Amino acid sequence: MTYIAKPKFHHPGLKQNELGYTRRDYEGKISTLCAGCGHDSITASIIEACYELSIGPHRVAKISGIGCSSKTPDYFLGNSHGFNSVHGRMPSVLTGANLANRDLIYLGVSGDGDSASIGFGQFAHSIRRGVNMTYIVENNGVYGLTKGQFSATADRGSKSKKGVTNTDNAIDLVAIALQLGATFVARSFSGDKSQLVPLIAAAIRHKGASFIDVISPCIAFNNHAGSTKSFDYVREHNDAVNRLDVLVGRDPIAVDYAPGTVQLVEQHDGNKIALRKIDADYDPHDRLGAMTFLQKHAAKGQIVTGLLYVDPDADDLHEHLNTVETPLNSLEADTLCPGSAVLDKINASLR
Amino acid sequence: MKPTDIAAPDYFHKVVDCQWACPAHTPVPEYIRLIAQGRYSDAYMINWKSNVFPGILGRTCDRPCEPACRRGRVEETPVAICRLKRVAADFKDDIKQRLPRPAPKNGKRVALVGGGPASLTVARDLAPLGYHCTVFDADPEAGGMMRTQIPKFRLPNSVIDEETGYILALGIEFRGGHRIDSMQALLGENYDAIFVGSGAPRGRELDIPGRKEAAANIHIGIEWLASVSFGHTDKVGKRVIVLGGGNTAMDCCRTARRLGGEDVKVVVRSGFEEMKASPWEKEDALHEDIPILNFLVPVAFIHDNGKLTGITFQKVKAEYDAKGRRNLVPSGEPDQTFECDDVLVAVGQENAFPWIEQDCGIEFDKWHMPKVDPKTFVSTNPKVFFGGDAAFGPKNIIWAVAHGHDAALSIHKMLSGEAIEDRPLPEVHVSSQKMGIHEWSYDNDISIDKRFKVPHRDKVVALKDIRAEVELGYDVKLALGEAHRCLNCDVQTVFSTSLCIECDACADICPMDCITFTDNGEESDLRQRLKAPAPHPDQDLYVSSDLKTGRVMVKDEDVCLHCGLCAERCPTGAWDMQKYFIEMTHAGSACPTKSRSAA
Repeated sequence: MTYIAKPKFHHPGLKQNELGYTRRDYEGKISTLCAGCGHDSITASIIEACYELSIGPHRVAKISGIGCSSKTPDYFLGNSHGFNSVHGRMPSVLTGANLANRDLIYLGVSGDGDSASIGFGQFAHSIRRGVNMTYIVENNGVYGLTKGQFSATADRGSKSKKGVTNTDNAIDLVAIALQLGATFVARSFSGDKSQLVPLIAAAIRHKGASFIDVISPCIAFNNHAGSTKSFDYVREHNDAVNRLDVLVGRDPIAVDYAPGTVQLVEQHDGNKIALRKIDADYDPHDRLGAMTFLQKHAAKGQIVTGLLYVDPDADDLHEHLNTVETPLNSLEADTLCPGSAVLDKINASLR
Repeated sequence: MKPTDIAAPDYFHKVVDCQWACPAHTPVPEYIRLIAQGRYSDAYMINWKSNVFPGILGRTCDRPCEPACRRGRVEETPVAICRLKRVAADFKDDIKQRLPRPAPKNGKRVALVGGGPASLTVARDLAPLGYHCTVFDADPEAGGMMRTQIPKFRLPNSVIDEETGYILALGIEFRGGHRIDSMQALLGENYDAIFVGSGAPRGRELDIPGRKEAAANIHIGIEWLASVSFGHTDKVGKRVIVLGGGNTAMDCCRTARRLGGEDVKVVVRSGFEEMKASPWEKEDALHEDIPILNFLVPVAFIHDNGKLTGITFQKVKAEYDAKGRRNLVPSGEPDQTFECDDVLVAVGQENAFPWIEQDCGIEFDKWHMPKVDPKTFVSTNPKVFFGGDAAFGPKNIIWAVAHGHDAALSIHKMLSGEAIEDRPLPEVHVSSQKMGIHEWSYDNDISIDKRFKVPHRDKVVALKDIRAEVELGYDVKLALGEAHRCLNCDVQTVFSTSLCIECDACADICPMDCITFTDNGEESDLRQRLKAPAPHPDQDLYVSSDLKTGRVMVKDEDVCLHCGLCAERCPTGAWDMQKYFIEMTHAGSACPTKSRSAA
């Protein structure tokens, strides 16, 4: 919590993107979270990704539920559309908004309580339906706002700040997302922006349901010895399968990679992701392989990060439902409500 | 890079750009904060201790601090440091009780030649230690060039009287109207030490055809200004040409405007931009309808049987050689003649020591300047010291003050039987400003106000009265606004490696992208890899020792706003905001001890 607003001055050498905006133009209000919160680093990463993609802020809708994580949309993209929904109901609100206006970029921001407990069903169905969105879970394994109880993603056997051992099994949101058919699945760590920023950028450019689980240490209640979501633990057990560069909106960067270590993934709109393989055998196009890999490493206590699965040719809910391409707010009244003659015709066809 | 040694006094001193740039190293942010708190007397005393003449310098200083001010790298204009100094002088209460008392004499006698800023600084530092100081000046009153060469509409006598008075009240013997014309004789009077602060009293001549014939209407700038100052000259012709582009030229032309000059122009050899005059002095001249014509070299004074009628100028242009040195070469255009009634020649000042005999043990160099040690200010005669313009040629008041402090320290050490080459380290205090989780004992909310203009007297009124001060000074409200623009660069960001958990909170919040966590490397390499470019090698990088992940924290000091957000957002207190207060060693400062600091 900070009293003063972040000063308006910025570095004289701060660059502008294609739209003429600086990174600072993508900021929101100053964070009211605890000092050092991992969520603030995710906020900074979202800002960076949107800046790099040269996204017009008015083209984004950021939607969240309830919790520390769900407060964060106030801290980024201050000039975008926002909806702070009921606890756990972000996916429904996002799905509805997306169906009404498919032209916006949908950013769903949620936490482990919001998505793995009260909103577990909502999370599952939005993924299952293939809503075109970027769903980010800021996962700290703890209920910070209510002073540190275990959340549903806390690992069995990990210890609370007071020393109590968690006896419940953890929900692995990445595994569930894979199983439910998400077409872009990644995990990252708030303390590793070089991995996280390109992941968010790639997810935004992905068409279909993108899901990113970001481990985000809770400084106040979950950054102690015995926690499996602390800075130290995650750094020690982080098993990154790949790192990526998103090659969109700018000329591909000529990077010297050792042959065979880079995999180019081209998404639906022609944007490319350069994946630098760290684990040579890992194939991010193999959903079943990813699930097995994840389970095996989890059993060894390792946290697998990176782009775990991507289907570059995915489709989305609009295609499934064959909806009209024009956003509803752009349709004229007579198109939206063609009148009783048309209704009579439809009724007649059903008789 | 090696971890930064923040215990070295110079490291944080350099971060306080204004204080580092000031020859006397006045603690600028400290007094600006006191002004913001309405503690004008405290602000004045900080200045008085450091630069001796706050009221005078607050009106006339050449302000080396302002081009250095960090604010000028963050937005267009620096903080109006100089004019805030004047605020402290204008709004202070009676501070006489806070000045040192005349001390019991220690039996040592020091003679000071010249009653200007350098000598008076030496006297002020030495008198409270018991030295019997005798100041000699050819003029009846103390102040030297501050009194004779700076026009009253810039610096009223009342301010000079007040601030020279504080010094003379320390039990100093002032012998006005007493010109020293023989060093030999002065040495014969057996003073324990002699300080020469006689300035650069000779205006440079302009020896071109017609100079002798038309002499009656050709005046040397500083002599003419002194004559005006003493009331001997009270009018000038209607058409006046001022030759020269320094601050003296600006004073000449503005004075001429007030003594009946209606068509006054300044003509300079160089280009307008390269003129030596401070930009604000040029502005003030232009504001008083005085055109400045450039690239014109005077070739002859035109006269009609000894009556000056004008000056002929050759037109030149600037050419730069391979080394970037400028040469003024004839442009080939026809010469130009301007008519005029009077000419003021302000083309430079020179030192002159006709009164120092060759056998005094004082050696001179090939430019006829005394050989003076730049640290101790001693000449080749161990009892004779030089300072101010007399030591290294014309500079300005604040340099004279800085020289005076150093010379006084040398004299005190010499007469205490110590080696004058051993210069004691400055006194440094560093203290945390943390009051609560996000409360600091300084105002860290950064003002985005632009520089406030100092109100001026109405031009019509100002031009009618040569003694009417043109600048009126900030009022309390403007002063508060301007004081808030100060970035408190003396409140330092101090990093503790052992406490850092590398959560990135500081790097995320920093509005200026000063902080980067990265792998260590050579400085030139590191500067390329920071979150924002670090193109100013004179601005240091603050590098931590190795962190847990093997990386280091690198902070580019260049454009840090000292807003303290890094420390507010740090969960472990690895960042702290600590006020750094440095006091330069003056004569009589004891070895560094714990002593007061104002806030």
